[in-house]
Amino acid sequence: MASVEHTDGEVLAGGDGVRRRDFINIAAVSFAGVGAVAVVLPLIDQMNPSADVLALASTEVDLSDIQPGQAIKTTFRSQPLFVRQLTEKEIAEADKVDPSTLRDPQTLEERTVDGKKQWLITMGVCTHLGCVPLGAGEGENRGEYGGYFCPCHGSSYDTAARIRKGPAPKNLEVPKFSFTSDTAILVG
Amino acid sequence: MSFPWAEQYTPKHPVMQWVDEKLPLPRLVYNAVGAGYPVPRNLNYFWNFGVLAGLALVIQLVTGVIMAMHYGANTLVAFSSVEQTMRDVNAGWLMRYAHANGASFFFIVVYLHIFRGLYFGSYKAPREMVWLLGLVIFLLMMATAFMGYVLPWGQMSYWGAKVITGLFGAIPVVGEPIQTWLLGGFAPGNASLNRFFSLHFLLPFVIAAVVILHIWALHIPGSSNPTGVEVKGPQDTVPFHPYYTAKDGFGAGVFLILFAILLFFLPNYLGHPDNYIEANPLSTPAHIVPEWYFWPFYAILRAFTVDFFFIPAKLLGVLAMFASILLLFFLPWLDTSSVRSGSYRPTFKKFFWILVIDVLILGYCGGAPAEEPYVMISQIASAYYFAHFLIVLPLISRFEKPLPLPNSITEAVLAKHGHSDGETAAVPAE
Repeated sequence: MASVEHTDGEVLAGGDGVRRRDFINIAAVSFAGVGAVAVVLPLIDQMNPSADVLALASTEVDLSDIQPGQAIKTTFRSQPLFVRQLTEKEIAEADKVDPSTLRDPQTLEERTVDGKKQWLITMGVCTHLGCVPLGAGEGENRGEYGGYFCPCHGSSYDTAARIRKGPAPKNLEVPKFSFTSDTAILVG
Repeated sequence: MSFPWAEQYTPKHPVMQWVDEKLPLPRLVYNAVGAGYPVPRNLNYFWNFGVLAGLALVIQLVTGVIMAMHYGANTLVAFSSVEQTMRDVNAGWLMRYAHANGASFFFIVVYLHIFRGLYFGSYKAPREMVWLLGLVIFLLMMATAFMGYVLPWGQMSYWGAKVITGLFGAIPVVGEPIQTWLLGGFAPGNASLNRFFSLHFLLPFVIAAVVILHIWALHIPGSSNPTGVEVKGPQDTVPFHPYYTAKDGFGAGVFLILFAILLFFLPNYLGHPDNYIEANPLSTPAHIVPEWYFWPFYAILRAFTVDFFFIPAKLLGVLAMFASILLLFFLPWLDTSSVRSGSYRPTFKKFFWILVIDVLILGYCGGAPAEEPYVMISQIASAYYFAHFLIVLPLISRFEKPLPLPNSITEAVLAKHGHSDGETAAVPAE
């Protein structure tokens, strides 16, 4: 066997020690490997959101019935969306806080639209593990900072929906939205 | 695969001889769980739980396949199809209660099986592979149980799915795409329910396959025993059948009585009333808790409430929860003591019971609301859990002076009986 390999190597190696059989072996296995990856990719990708899930219309919200201090719950991308009109007192409370002391430093201005600071539009998804915080419904616990309170693991958000206490790492997400009129917004 | 003195399979009937030549399956069974498998003679009732776990798996497979016959894996009908199974399908209530409570019993016996292994050092050489495969089964069980709990599409199903897949969202950069990929959407929905059903059906068969590997790996060195002293000769063993088939049969009887008590008299005792409310993505239940068998891990997850340097608390909790299980994969190399059984390790024994209490405390805190004093207690208990495996065990292994071991299993058995009663005093050990 050894002599055969020797002959094979010497004849076909072309002087640099690479045998033709090794080359064919590596080339064949590599080609099969690329083929296997090409097959696995769609097997994995089929689990990603399908076109009908992705084709989610943006949500329009009518603000005319929401009184100061009141909030409503609606849906955006099949997840809860909180739309809240802050009272003067709540705005003052949010502005009083020095942003540099916060876990996720942001001011109320950065989280609302210019000149419409009273409209706080956030996702109703706790940034900890995705529960719906309380505080948007009538009479629900708003936590010790007066914003939202997540019952799952006790995260408290303030009146600008910024994380103040508990395990959540981020403020409630503010989705992309714009005012279509004085009393209506388009989210998404 | 067995000791040299194992009884040989010798089929007498010509048909069995014919089968044995063509496909020696009866021979395999005979050598695995029959008279052809010699087992240490001194196994106590804690050695029943492997067989009981197998029994629980069979109960889950049978009732589960039947449940699948009546279930609709679509968010529109899932909840009502389960209620229909309960109310309209003949004996459907029995199948569903048996399946739901069977899962709890599966975890009860597996936890006892794991703690048996921890106390008697069953994870030590030469049985490391048995331990590692057992942990793989445990992880598969947790994944299967989690996905099964989503299928009735109740409030706890939905929010459990959201919280658990949210764990993956804590991973930096790739977390959110992974979470979306797992769910097939931005929140649990029809795509999630369908894939969970598919995998919940598949995984138990994967578990069954790993169970075969687990038993195969076990049968190479043979079972450990309460003394931790290896088998030295034929006098140390008895054939699996009839000795341990009988002993396991008795254990199975006790298991089934307890199972029947829960099943027929307290079928919802371990469940959550919230799961009889259909899933509502806009309303979180006031108190989300997983099933009781996840509580210790859930407590570790919630124990992290403040950021540590640059790592957010959320990620720390997730890492700690996964680490608490992955840590066990390293146990055979963390405990370096050459003495297996806790019965001969006075210091180890004390800390073992502290660990048991610690895990029970974690379990209690995991089921309690996320408020003080439970948060602080879970923090302390989580810290001890990790300290036990990473600090206490390696230190005990180095400094503990073990009690003298018996020379053989037979010596230990005879000495014990010589002391406890006079009937078998015929052959004292010394």
